[in-house]
Amino acid sequence: MLIDFFCKVRDYKVPCTLRELLDLIRALEQGVVFASIDDFYSVSRTILVKDEAHFDKFDRAFADYFTGVASLELDLSEIPEDWLKKHFEKQLSAEEKAKIKALGGLDKLMETLAERLKEQEKRHQGGNKWIGTGGTSPFGAYGYNPEGIRIGQDESRHRRATKVWDKREFKNLDANVEIGTRNLKVALRKLRQFARTGSSEELALDETIAATARNAGYLDIKMKPERHNAIKVLMFFDIGGSMDDHIKVCEQLFSAIHGEFKHLEFFYFHNCLYENVWRDNNRRRSEKIDLLQVLNTYSRDYKVIFVGDATMGPYEITYPGGSVEHWNEEAGNVWMKRLTDHFDKVIWLNPQNEAQWPYYASINIMKGLVDNKMYPLTLAGLGQGIKALI
Amino acid sequence: MSAFQGTSNYIASNELQLAVNAAIALERPLLIKGEPGTGKTMLAEELAASLGVELIPWHIKSTTKAQQGLYEYDAVSRLRDSQLGDEKVKDIGNYIIKGKLWHAFTSDNRPVLLIDEIDKADIEFPNDLLLELDKMEFFVYETQEKIVAKQRPIIIITSNNEKELPDAFLRRCFFHYIRFPEKTEMQAIVDVHFPKIKQKLLDEALALFFNLRDMPGLKKKPSTSELIDWLKLLLAEDISPEVLHETRQKKVIPPLHGALLKNEQDVHLFEKLAFMHRGQR
Repeated sequence: MLIDFFCKVRDYKVPCTLRELLDLIRALEQGVVFASIDDFYSVSRTILVKDEAHFDKFDRAFADYFTGVASLELDLSEIPEDWLKKHFEKQLSAEEKAKIKALGGLDKLMETLAERLKEQEKRHQGGNKWIGTGGTSPFGAYGYNPEGIRIGQDESRHRRATKVWDKREFKNLDANVEIGTRNLKVALRKLRQFARTGSSEELALDETIAATARNAGYLDIKMKPERHNAIKVLMFFDIGGSMDDHIKVCEQLFSAIHGEFKHLEFFYFHNCLYENVWRDNNRRRSEKIDLLQVLNTYSRDYKVIFVGDATMGPYEITYPGGSVEHWNEEAGNVWMKRLTDHFDKVIWLNPQNEAQWPYYASINIMKGLVDNKMYPLTLAGLGQGIKALI
Repeated sequence: MSAFQGTSNYIASNELQLAVNAAIALERPLLIKGEPGTGKTMLAEELAASLGVELIPWHIKSTTKAQQGLYEYDAVSRLRDSQLGDEKVKDIGNYIIKGKLWHAFTSDNRPVLLIDEIDKADIEFPNDLLLELDKMEFFVYETQEKIVAKQRPIIIITSNNEKELPDAFLRRCFFHYIRFPEKTEMQAIVDVHFPKIKQKLLDEALALFFNLRDMPGLKKKPSTSELIDWLKLLLAEDISPEVLHETRQKKVIPPLHGALLKNEQDVHLFEKLAFMHRGQR
């Protein structure tokens, strides 16, 4: 009973165990719900899912299982082509569009998609409701289905009212989305977790003994204050140029980190790290700080966090004089190496979509320079980065 | 035990009712998450009231230890008493202070135990309670006695998501996320709190409130509890619906906004947007 459903939920990567399945069966046995699919949805979600970040996956699994394969026959003729196209274009970024052009343009791509859909229909007898989630489709890579746009839902012959799980209200709570207004706080929490390493208030044993002795043997308890956060952070922000696209998320990260650490120093750089950094972007020409001075000032136990998209010409990193702003005597990678040699822990947070990383040579070079410790600037990425910093 | 259906001053969504009833029937702790101000703590209070049983609240702080929920051995006062030659000293039981879980386990009626804001505690806190929540029993080493729950209390745990809870702990709980209510649900909630509020005022206030929540870039979105506070103020100050309507049309900052926007940056942002809006016209 319910084993197929349970497997489906697990297929969608909702973490749940046998224990929860047994609970669910017991709930049904006890008659918590009876003959109502909506109630069953609520109860099964309550029991199987333990984090709102997984609600969206659960909704998809639920829809897949219950409306599933049989209920929707996808008829290609029902989808007007320009509707598809419009949707397409709305979803694509400039780079993606360029990439599609390289693959023979949107029309070519649409043709391939149409073929693929037909094939899929034959193979699955009735077609799959979720086009593009199969993982074999090349279209996924182009961000065509970043949020699981359902082609053909509106045109479906099944004009049923949208169900709760079909609304996918919890889409935004998925841990892979980029840091947003609401998620800012969650990011803060992850940082706080690694900030509070000290233990709570303790008994100061030595002082208590001494004080008690002075007090003629009558107890005199002395307490030590709580230990404070000892973590020191050094941040380097890439600013200007291609980073303008990511300004909001960086601002949010900045304010989140700012409130969290007592020992926080930050510097700006442009594209790649060279001999100079600066603290105030308005006076970047006049008040430069020698990077060597930074290296000599801050001890190696400072945790270094780079924030930048690392999207530039590869020569900006690897050649002397590669900088777009000034003549640099030594190449960017020399300076990066100096820095990573000096500090124990260095990570790089990249606001650029992780799926696009492999297409930029500069990102790969930079990733190598920070010992592969480059993480996307998403909640999940930040979490991984923090783990690498401890 | 009858099913929970919300109370005269607490509107519980159908999903929430089901979650609560499943947790009661299967005797599992229910973990409640949601935006601040959506009534997580209130749920436990109202649940206890509707079932007519005792509520045992245990508010968690960053210094709270799991052991404090079971019992504490007050060694310091025993030492002090021994120096004063008090007779009490001979029985160690005099220095065992019962914790909230102990009270809940030994209560005569099946009580509601609220573990409030569990995410505030140390990371190890939930792990330290695994066995106690599972088996509903624990052992007091000092007196060598075993405390077993007479009946399993209804346990409501709230979290604001400040820390992730360990998997092993989550496996033992049921989970419900209180979604932010929609406009019609909001209306029902407000009706419960202010039965005599004028319909027109309420419509205007709700429209303003949801506009405000939709505004991008707010650091702290106002939530249900803020709305209710704000309505209280509007009623107390006797602000007319026309004023609110005008406010919404002109997009100026609403009267008594201090109850809704709790952050001066948000107020500033709102003023800036309002100014830009006026500039366009």
